[in-house]
Amino acid sequence: MNQSKRYLTSLLVVSFFLVLVTGCAKKQPPPPPPPPPAPKPVTATLTANPASIERGQSSTLTWSTENADQVTLDGKAVDASGSQSVSPTQTTTYHLVATGKSGSQPADAQVVVNAPPPPPPPPPPPPPPNDDAIFAQNVQDIYFDYDKFDLRADSQQALTRAAQAISQHPNWKVRIEGNCDERGSTEYNLSLGENRANAAKQALLQAGVTESQLQTISYGKEKPVCTEANDDCWQKNRHDHFVLIH
Amino acid sequence: MLKRLFTAIVVLAGFSLTVSAQDWIRTGTNRGAPIRLAVPDFRPFNSDPQTPALNTVFNQTLWNDLDNSGIFDMVAKSFYPLQAPGSPTEVNLDAWGNPPPNASMLAFGNLSVASNRVVVQGWLFDTKNSAFPQVLGKQYNEDATADNARLIAHRFADEIIFRLGGGIPGVAESKIYFVSSRSGHKEIWAMDYDGAGQKQLTQLNSVALSPRVSPDNSRIAFSALGQDSWQIKMYSLDLGRPIAFPHFSGDNFSPAWSSDGSKLAWSSSSSSGDPDIFITGADGSGTRRLTSIKGPDVSPVFNPKTNSQIAWVSGHNGLPQIYLMDADGSNVQQITSEGYAVSPAWSPNGLLLAFAWTRHYGPGIPGGQDIYIMDVASRQFIQLTHDAGKNDFPSWSPDGRHIVFQSTRGGSEQIWTMLSDGTHQQQLTRDGRNSQPNWSFR
Repeated sequence: MNQSKRYLTSLLVVSFFLVLVTGCAKKQPPPPPPPPPAPKPVTATLTANPASIERGQSSTLTWSTENADQVTLDGKAVDASGSQSVSPTQTTTYHLVATGKSGSQPADAQVVVNAPPPPPPPPPPPPPPNDDAIFAQNVQDIYFDYDKFDLRADSQQALTRAAQAISQHPNWKVRIEGNCDERGSTEYNLSLGENRANAAKQALLQAGVTESQLQTISYGKEKPVCTEANDDCWQKNRHDHFVLIH
Repeated sequence: MLKRLFTAIVVLAGFSLTVSAQDWIRTGTNRGAPIRLAVPDFRPFNSDPQTPALNTVFNQTLWNDLDNSGIFDMVAKSFYPLQAPGSPTEVNLDAWGNPPPNASMLAFGNLSVASNRVVVQGWLFDTKNSAFPQVLGKQYNEDATADNARLIAHRFADEIIFRLGGGIPGVAESKIYFVSSRSGHKEIWAMDYDGAGQKQLTQLNSVALSPRVSPDNSRIAFSALGQDSWQIKMYSLDLGRPIAFPHFSGDNFSPAWSSDGSKLAWSSSSSSGDPDIFITGADGSGTRRLTSIKGPDVSPVFNPKTNSQIAWVSGHNGLPQIYLMDADGSNVQQITSEGYAVSPAWSPNGLLLAFAWTRHYGPGIPGGQDIYIMDVASRQFIQLTHDAGKNDFPSWSPDGRHIVFQSTRGGSEQIWTMLSDGTHQQQLTRDGRNSQPNWSFR
């Protein structure tokens, strides 16, 4: 459609000039020589495939022209038709100009470059945790076997971590509370709970904690965290609980 | 057979045990059948409006005291002659000494209230001695209250028990101290030996445990949870309030008096963090450590006869067992070697230990925690409670004829008494949870 319009326009322009050149010279012109045949119109097309790429990918420019003597792509001479791979880093419009006897014909193609999705922004740095949070995260209850006060392997690990946190906070004072399940006798459980608290204290001292940061107390079976008579509950109650004293 | 022998040992007045060449326990005397005692209700001797109520309290208390003593065969009231004597002139000895009552002894008397005083006259007659039947004649005069009616009954009962029970004073006026949570906190409470007159002593609103009354009944030592440790506390029964006692480092549990009142033994984690047995003067001065054993050490008790030996509980070899040592910490002997053994309590004669024992201990293993007594010299033991909840914290009556203990047999911890042969078990407390009874020294 466009092309045919341009074609007609060129014909009209050429005819007009012919009228000017021939018609104004004399009033009575000799019969003009037959006009030279009109030069064929220049055509040019340029496409980019794909028209949209991610940064770092490439797109192929494909062009074709007709009736052109010279073809340039962004100012550089190229064949009348061909293709070329491009890897623009940002959205770029490529200009093809085909120049022939009947004039110049431009054609444009745009390669849109999409930036890859940006990495998610780093989360805002959390507010510096307070002592209670650090304590709760690093100094956790340890549990004991039935009627025992020696430390289990999982307790040793927990205490190693606790020792680091406590040592890094020399202003902390920590109370270790030894507890027992309901099955033993009142007085014996107080003594057993004392040994449970002391076992944790000795492990913390060995891991480098300063003695003045630690105190122990036994609650025997006087302060259960769970009051049902079953194994789960008894295990919960056979523990050392750690309290940060302010 | 074993049980019957032990019964004889324990109930026997003399407590003169010897170990025979056959490695067996023999008693020095043989009490034979218990004395048949008739106790008709005391007669109201006047018409004061307070008389009937006080007389009822008096009669119930006197009967229970004599029945509880364990040394009488109480003649059932349905066998009594219709007319109860109120004074010696009204006694028909033959009617009481022959069947159907067939009583050997007769206790009788009268009660009256006048000018807001209650007056009781009581007699004990030997029905077989028609010439000089009177064994005992007593008169009491107190303010007219129900408590005093009970007190007079206790005193008269103790007189009878003293005369007929081998010269050993009765225990009807003794007290039992214990822990009760009925106020919402574990506090120290007191009651009469028969469970009457229960009253709260401490008001700490914390946790108070292990009450132990001093031999002179003036103070109670106990352990209480304070701000950041357990401390030995003293409560004055004379002043009715807590009194000062020195602060010790660490946690401090399970105080016990020597029978002369001059020393206390207890368990302290001290500065080491590991609980051990210590002794100190009654004022908390002159403290000495007796044990240095890694592991739980708790519940020391002085042998009341000698004060030169201490029984205690140690868990240094695993489950808790009962050990003995001299009062200077030397000569340690292990006296139980299986199960879970705690809460030792010496008999007043210093020959027997009562304790709580789960002989075969562990998850899923049948058998409960029961009260046992062991003859320390021979290591022979007998079981006093059977198949009835968890039983713990035995404590002997001053005459050695009774043991008070705690039991869960009714669903919650309550205080019970029994004769020291395991018979005559009866519940003393019912409100809240009650534990760790301690019978006064006298």
